Amino acid sequence: MKELMLIIVGSALVNNVVLSQFLGLCPFLGVSKKTETAAGMGGAVIFVITLSSFVTGVIYQFILIPAHMEYLQTIVFILVIAALVQFVEMFLKKAMPSLYQALGVYLPLITTNCAVLGVALINVQKEYNILQGTVNGFATAVGFTLSIIVMAGIREKIEYNDIPEAFRGFPIVLITAGLMAIAFFGFSGLI
Amino acid sequence: MKANTPSERLLNGIIKENPTFVLMLGMCPTLAVTTSAVNGIGMGLTTTAVLAASNLLISLLRKFIPDGVRMPAFIVVVASFVTIVQMLLEGFLPALYASLGLYIPLIVVNCIILGRAEAYASKNPPLPSLFDGIGMGLGFTLSITCIGAVRELIGAGQLFGHQILPLADAAAGKMGYEPITIFILAPGAFFVLALLAAIQNKFKLGAAKRGIDPSNPDKCGGACASCGNSMCKGGKHQ
Repeated sequence: MKELMLIIVGSALVNNVVLSQFLGLCPFLGVSKKTETAAGMGGAVIFVITLSSFVTGVIYQFILIPAHMEYLQTIVFILVIAALVQFVEMFLKKAMPSLYQALGVYLPLITTNCAVLGVALINVQKEYNILQGTVNGFATAVGFTLSIIVMAGIREKIEYNDIPEAFRGFPIVLITAGLMAIAFFGFSGLI
Repeated sequence: MKANTPSERLLNGIIKENPTFVLMLGMCPTLAVTTSAVNGIGMGLTTTAVLAASNLLISLLRKFIPDGVRMPAFIVVVASFVTIVQMLLEGFLPALYASLGLYIPLIVVNCIILGRAEAYASKNPPLPSLFDGIGMGLGFTLSITCIGAVRELIGAGQLFGHQILPLADAAAGKMGYEPITIFILAPGAFFVLALLAAIQNKFKLGAAKRGIDPSNPDKCGGACASCGNSMCKGGKHQ
């Protein structure tokens, strides 16, 4: 239990997926203009990453290792993730239309989110078992959601500030991200 | 210069449509592995190899891949080459393999590669596609090496692992350079890229004020100017 707590704190705060590992930057920069859309994206990412780290963990443990085909992990994982996202989209559309309405637009975007593949590979690299891997996936996604929502909140305020012309748009967002990354260094004392 | 010749494709990738500075693609590796210039070159050349090989193969297969499943097919091709390159690196360059780590398999989701497959290789013959891949890859290599060099110089006073700026030594009372360590840590990546993007904006704004269309690539507007003017001079011969 203590070990799982360490994984959660480590992945969500200390080694924040966006701010210290640079995974999932595209949605982080692209979908962080409004807090509501950021929260929607975050929800979709939590859902998909938790599910995909469980599924890739099962496939790795029960198919790739017994067949001695660990070297195929990259190919297998990316295909599984792409198929999974498609499947989740279809399933939500049929079974839970209200949730689909909230998350639907973000789902296709997630396949290109390198955080999803990144988490699956980190789970293998750190030799997590299926439970640890799933928990790690969930915590990583929570860290992503946390940072994208904070970023969206800051960007809503920045709109009204007087920024030098050349720094408007993309550059000021990157500087904000850099300052947030410095702030997140503060968590490194936690573990 | 005629379109779709090998040299035109090379120049296009390196200057006109530079993937990092002009198209703003592939940001994850750009920020993550640029802690030093050597890492930048390693990552860039690895990506170039994958990009050239996958462009060639996708172009050869372009008449056989049904339109409906083209994305999954591209992903399989790219992932296969990434796996091959990963094994080669592990075998022959273990030091580079260790320092790039997780970001080698993540080349699969680098949007430059799938983007070129979709936008160019799936519609053009093999030879131009191969050179398109090499050009784009070299453009990417050049830009991330530049970013890596800036971060290494400011963050550690080194360039390609050599100490360029003599370090200060308080104990010996020696004056010298105090490295700003934050630049080789995560936040530094964001700051350097923000400055490069701001410089590019500045050029675009200046060009717009003088009544020049900022999208005109011959003017070499953009951040490549900050990486020494050699690239710009090459571009003006077109």
